[in-house]
Amino acid sequence: MESLYNFTSYELREKLFKKKVSSEEVVKSIYERIEEKEEKIKAFLYLCKKEEVLEKARRVDKKIALGEEVGKLAGIPVGIKDNMCVKGIPATGGSKILKNFIPPYNATVIEKLLQEDVIIMGKLNCDEFAMGSSNENSACYPVRNPWDLNRVPGGSSGGSAASVAASEVILSLGSDTGGSIRLPASFCGIVGIKPTYGRVSRYGLIAFASSLDQIGPLSKDVRDGALMLEVISGYDRRDSTSVNMEVPPYLSLLEEDVKGLKVGIPEELTGDGIDEDIRKRLSEAVVLFEKLGVICETVSLPTLSYALPVYYIISSSEASSNLARFDGVRYGYRDFTGEDIFSMYKKTRGKGFGPEVKRRIMLGTYALSAGYYDACYLKAQKVRTLLKRDFERVFKDFDALLSPVAPTTAFLIGEKIKDPLKMYLTDICTIPVNLAGLPSISVPAGLIKGLPVGLQITGRIFEESTILRLAYSFEQNSGYHTVSVKYSRQKPEESNY
Amino acid sequence: MLTLSEVEYVASLACLELTEEEKKIFSQQLGEILDFFRQLDILDTEGIEPAFHSIPLKNVFRNDIKGNSIEHEKALSNAPQREGEYFKIPKIIGGGE
Amino acid sequence: MSYYTIIGLEVHVELLTETKMFCSCSTKFGSLPNSNVCPVCLGLPGVLPVINKKAVEYLLKVALSLDCKIPHRSKFDRKNYFYPDMPKNYQISQYDLPLSQDGFLEIEIDGNRKKIGIERIHLEEDTGKSIHTGTIDKSLYTLEDFNRAGVPLLEIVSKPHMSSPEEAGEYLKELRAILFSLGISDCKMEEGSLRCDANISVNKEDFPELSRKVEIKNMNSFKSVQKALFYEIKRQTEMIERGEAIQQETRGWLEEEGKTIFMRGKEMANDYRYFPEPDLLPLEIDRIWLEEIKNTIPELPREKKRRFVKDYNISNYEATVLCDNFALSKFFEETVRIYDKAPVITNWLLGDISKYLNAENLEITSTKLTPENLSEMLSLIDNKVISGKIGKDIIEEMLRSGKKAEKIVQERGLLQISDEEVLWNLIRKVMDENSDAVKEYLKGKTKALGYLVGQVMKQSKGKANPQITNSIILEELQKKTGEA
Ligand SMILES: [Mg+2]
Ligand SMILES: [Zn+2]
Repeated sequence: MESLYNFTSYELREKLFKKKVSSEEVVKSIYERIEEKEEKIKAFLYLCKKEEVLEKARRVDKKIALGEEVGKLAGIPVGIKDNMCVKGIPATGGSKILKNFIPPYNATVIEKLLQEDVIIMGKLNCDEFAMGSSNENSACYPVRNPWDLNRVPGGSSGGSAASVAASEVILSLGSDTGGSIRLPASFCGIVGIKPTYGRVSRYGLIAFASSLDQIGPLSKDVRDGALMLEVISGYDRRDSTSVNMEVPPYLSLLEEDVKGLKVGIPEELTGDGIDEDIRKRLSEAVVLFEKLGVICETVSLPTLSYALPVYYIISSSEASSNLARFDGVRYGYRDFTGEDIFSMYKKTRGKGFGPEVKRRIMLGTYALSAGYYDACYLKAQKVRTLLKRDFERVFKDFDALLSPVAPTTAFLIGEKIKDPLKMYLTDICTIPVNLAGLPSISVPAGLIKGLPVGLQITGRIFEESTILRLAYSFEQNSGYHTVSVKYSRQKPEESNY
Repeated sequence: MLTLSEVEYVASLACLELTEEEKKIFSQQLGEILDFFRQLDILDTEGIEPAFHSIPLKNVFRNDIKGNSIEHEKALSNAPQREGEYFKIPKIIGGGE
Repeated sequence: MSYYTIIGLEVHVELLTETKMFCSCSTKFGSLPNSNVCPVCLGLPGVLPVINKKAVEYLLKVALSLDCKIPHRSKFDRKNYFYPDMPKNYQISQYDLPLSQDGFLEIEIDGNRKKIGIERIHLEEDTGKSIHTGTIDKSLYTLEDFNRAGVPLLEIVSKPHMSSPEEAGEYLKELRAILFSLGISDCKMEEGSLRCDANISVNKEDFPELSRKVEIKNMNSFKSVQKALFYEIKRQTEMIERGEAIQQETRGWLEEEGKTIFMRGKEMANDYRYFPEPDLLPLEIDRIWLEEIKNTIPELPREKKRRFVKDYNISNYEATVLCDNFALSKFFEETVRIYDKAPVITNWLLGDISKYLNAENLEITSTKLTPENLSEMLSLIDNKVISGKIGKDIIEEMLRSGKKAEKIVQERGLLQISDEEVLWNLIRKVMDENSDAVKEYLKGKTKALGYLVGQVMKQSKGKANPQITNSIILEELQKKTGEA
């Protein structure tokens, strides 16, 4: 029989409900897999104690055995990006400054998952405070790409993507501020969904850039992503920016026909900056969609070219303020050599934050400071308006936009880390989406020289179901998701696609 | 390039102690990034409203009804240092607000 | 050479909401340190603020009462600076779109009315409390209590329209009376629920260039605000006379030493990096909501004052003093409802009762005196059961113990003597003992009558009914005149 860790949550759910397998067996299989893989991949920052997790699994099994009602993800092992708070287990956000911090509360998404009886396996590695595109900014250790251990898994939700790709968990949660779910999903050959801003509560997500952050699922296929999105979405009165709006049944809308939908391909995201091979993959995808009756046309959104500076100004400004609370007073790391409070602050923050976080705090502080606010911060917010208008204009005629997720496939560890600007360019295709608050998905589009590549489908505000439908039909008709799944059924070092 | 004193001023606003090495690196890197940002200057944004939020919501309130505070011990449980019921911190020099 | 002074005040008022500005923790005062806290007001990673609607409504009440303009759109901003009493190291406040702007408050100074402009009123969150072990500059370490962190705070900024410490005092009194009557704050400056900073500059009359304004902090009573302003006028005037330039700076008031000292200069001014709070959405105040709030505003002190003068036949001054103190004016009206001589009640409230309240630093509501008890006591005087003097003697015990006047009088044996036979005997005795005074009277010095009455009152320990005593003595003296 095939190892249980290889299945999707949807498949496992069927087996669990039919009592063909138990959650205890699934969890045991996952621990075996972790034991086998984790040393090389380094996806976890905190792994929950096996006995305690098994106990939880047995409790779910008991419920099922007794015929009690169980949740939509009952007994499914999931991993949580370490920038979300789970009561009673450490949350570091990938930073030294949150050393020893144990949240006394659950993030709203965690409450929602627990309501559906999931099994939380532990906390997943990420770039420090979600700042990065390669996961090399984790204060502990970088995550390695399961497809090639010398390469990055993408960031910042690198642990969330790598753990799903390597079947160390069945599903995971990541967060996406400028592409941090979609990029690692693309690099690791899995599905990653960035919901509409306001669709999923941010309460309990350690803030990076409040007006851009959004939590979303990473999964082996679109169906699993839709299932998890259904669970975590919805209004939360603890998050003023969450939207009080009914959550559609994403799962049951997946199979609706895509025929007649109109999809635009922004020419600004298919230019010279994008690898030839990736552009080829995009063209092939267009051919497939056209075969399915989707109308595909090239469109232009001129302001997309300005998205990168706009993003880095706004996200760094918000981050400089959001990260001010890490000061050694109430929790986390404190440097004890300072004589007075301000020298304690400076030393604690100087030693507690890593270089990328410091760089962005500096950048954001500068952009907000007297004399630069208008030229930097305010200007960026105005250009953001222009960008939103550009999107609104094309979405009058088109149901979705199709583009690459990133200009390249997974790059080598160390390749870009010394050059921040070069690293920032990795996010050129994903960033505009966050600035406009749109829903977007990264879906596998096969391999290039043995490395996975994703396709980005972006939709209108609150129209997750449209992009899920498009992604699902692409996946089912291309069969690319089976490439990833097939991968996970063999040892990565033997993989030689 | 950002001058060293500009880097130091920004670092003091952000309460970050930087090594001499870091200051040097930042003055160069931040300078480059800020130069890159200057491409925005050519865009005409006269009369454009800034988009501070992604979605157009307004007036979200809560009612003035008491909820649960956390237990006192929980509140202090993560404190690097405490004394009795208080968070303990180094002395304060200079006034605040 | 003559000088003129420009004063502006910045008042912070803690609102009497049940819960904090952005979380549902209690605002109750005096709880165990760090017990009225939650992840939100402790600024734990990942938490988000949600606006307390009541706090916004309280602000709008104040704004409407001070004739402010209320913009259609408003928002919250972050004010960024590091300080350990502030959990997030930014304060959620309002910067360029406050909830209200441009109103005024009318004060009365020497019988003249003057409008003091209100620049703006905005909402923000309070900070926690730092406890220094020792003095602020010599402490070894500091303790933090975050119970107050996040309590809703109104910031009311006046225009620089006051020209003397007296005007500043009147402004504060009037403002407190309004806030109090709206029921939105307990306005206790001593407990910090009302705090005041002052901006002051002294200028030469014929000198067009304005002096640099000086900000004064750390004043914890209305009296110390006035004292600090007087001190600062003197200090700045002397500096000008010595030809020294006045620096823009922040100074702290030292109550015990009665002086201000330098805290920080302009070069230390912080760069607050204000920007719109991304975790909170914009506010839109529609006319219907405003109308609803308007309907909840009670009669304000200045309207009440006019009504008191008109309805109760008391002086403008008396009405002002009564209405400046919301509790006192309420007590007054409740008493009037039972006992209809408003001027008599006013005399008592502003006389002996206020004297006691001031000496003990109490509000009328924190004494045991009730409008019913005061009314009964006044009726006893009217009905000549006790004298006015006895009333004055027992009012303090009434305030302290809440006992009825009749009971106190009985306990102390103070009932008035109206029995003519008893009085007649006493008067006889006094006239025998003071035959000189009787002779004086008979010689035509009518003043002696008063002396004799006084002696009777003295010997009866104030219990003799003065009217009856008077008429008996007169009767006796007239008999003697006849004899002579
Ligand atoms: Mg303020
Ligand atoms: Zn709270």
